[in-house]
Amino acid sequence: MVGIVVVSHSERAAEGIAEIAAEMAGDTPIEPVGGDGKGGIGTVPDAIEAAIDAAAGGDESGGDPEDLDPVVVLVDLGSAVMNADVAVELSDAEAVIADAPVLEGAVNAAVAATDPSATVESVREQAEAARDVDKL
Amino acid sequence: MTGDGAAVVAAVGAVAERIQAERDHLTELDSAIGDADHGGNMARGWAAAAEAARDLDDPDAETVAKTVGKTLMSEVGGASGPLFGGSLVFAAAELDGGVDAETAVAFAETYLEKVEDRGDARVGDQTMVDALTPAVHTFKKSIETDGLPPIEALAKAVDAAERGVAFTVPIRARKGRASYLGWRSVGHQDPGATSALFILEELLAVAAERLGVDAPRADATSPTIPDDDPDAEASDDSDAAPEGD
Repeated sequence: MVGIVVVSHSERAAEGIAEIAAEMAGDTPIEPVGGDGKGGIGTVPDAIEAAIDAAAGGDESGGDPEDLDPVVVLVDLGSAVMNADVAVELSDAEAVIADAPVLEGAVNAAVAATDPSATVESVREQAEAARDVDKL
Repeated sequence: MTGDGAAVVAAVGAVAERIQAERDHLTELDSAIGDADHGGNMARGWAAAAEAARDLDDPDAETVAKTVGKTLMSEVGGASGPLFGGSLVFAAAELDGGVDAETAVAFAETYLEKVEDRGDARVGDQTMVDALTPAVHTFKKSIETDGLPPIEALAKAVDAAERGVAFTVPIRARKGRASYLGWRSVGHQDPGATSALFILEELLAVAAERLGVDAPRADATSPTIPDDDPDAEASDDSDAAPEGD
């Protein structure tokens, strides 16, 4: 199983995006995380790390890397990317950031993750394919 | 280890006071090219970091550095959190075994590497990298090549950082919010580079105070930029005749 984390500067945006992606996600865990931890706009590496660990099937303190699922992380803008990068480095789980638009990428990742042969690379690749989606 | 840990706690306290004192100055620099939050964010983050460091029970240097980094990461906000704080969390591991000339160089190099990688910034992008790179290179060279005592190496590093900050004024921002301004970023001093300089100045002041010496003034005429040209030493013969004449 491959887990998914949705990171946004807004906690509510992260939750909303996860809600949409979950429609397509089967039983894939999708963890939303966002906000500065005080009700404001921003992101916090520790919170993102906890979301990665949760999406990987670990507990609050991470877990044995052997037992953790890999995770694909979707991010919105600017410092969210840097904070997610710090969190990926801190987490015991194997996690990668997808270079993709956060909403479209999360939906694509959710679909790809339901494939029984899904890997962290296949899910990331599908998330990044969302960069080429035309809307008009 | 106790001495080293206490020294780092003292340094963090001094940095917090300095950033608080420079808060309006930093915000003013940031308001010209960014979103005018650098002073407030850094002051809040370093105040929280100093408090967290003081609350540690007889910590070693690595623990203090890691705690400060974690606190900055969660309190500073914006890109400065992961850049100033995140880099510290990872560089802290180099201080496992205390602070000496060797671990200080390793710490400085890892810190710079993390800032460059995370921010995807290089010298000339008008960022804190412009202050840190010459400072770290000068520190390493002063210790490893010139065999200077660490306190003098640090003084030279501060001097190099100062000139790095001045270097950010005439160049164009390539990273961060200031890069949206394009050529209009030219003529502005980078707030992040300025903060990095203030931090280094306080590290020097605290180190000098704990050693009981006056903070050495770097000799501005001495070379502080590492010279990687292997042929350089052959070229300083004053009696060498110009070629082909």
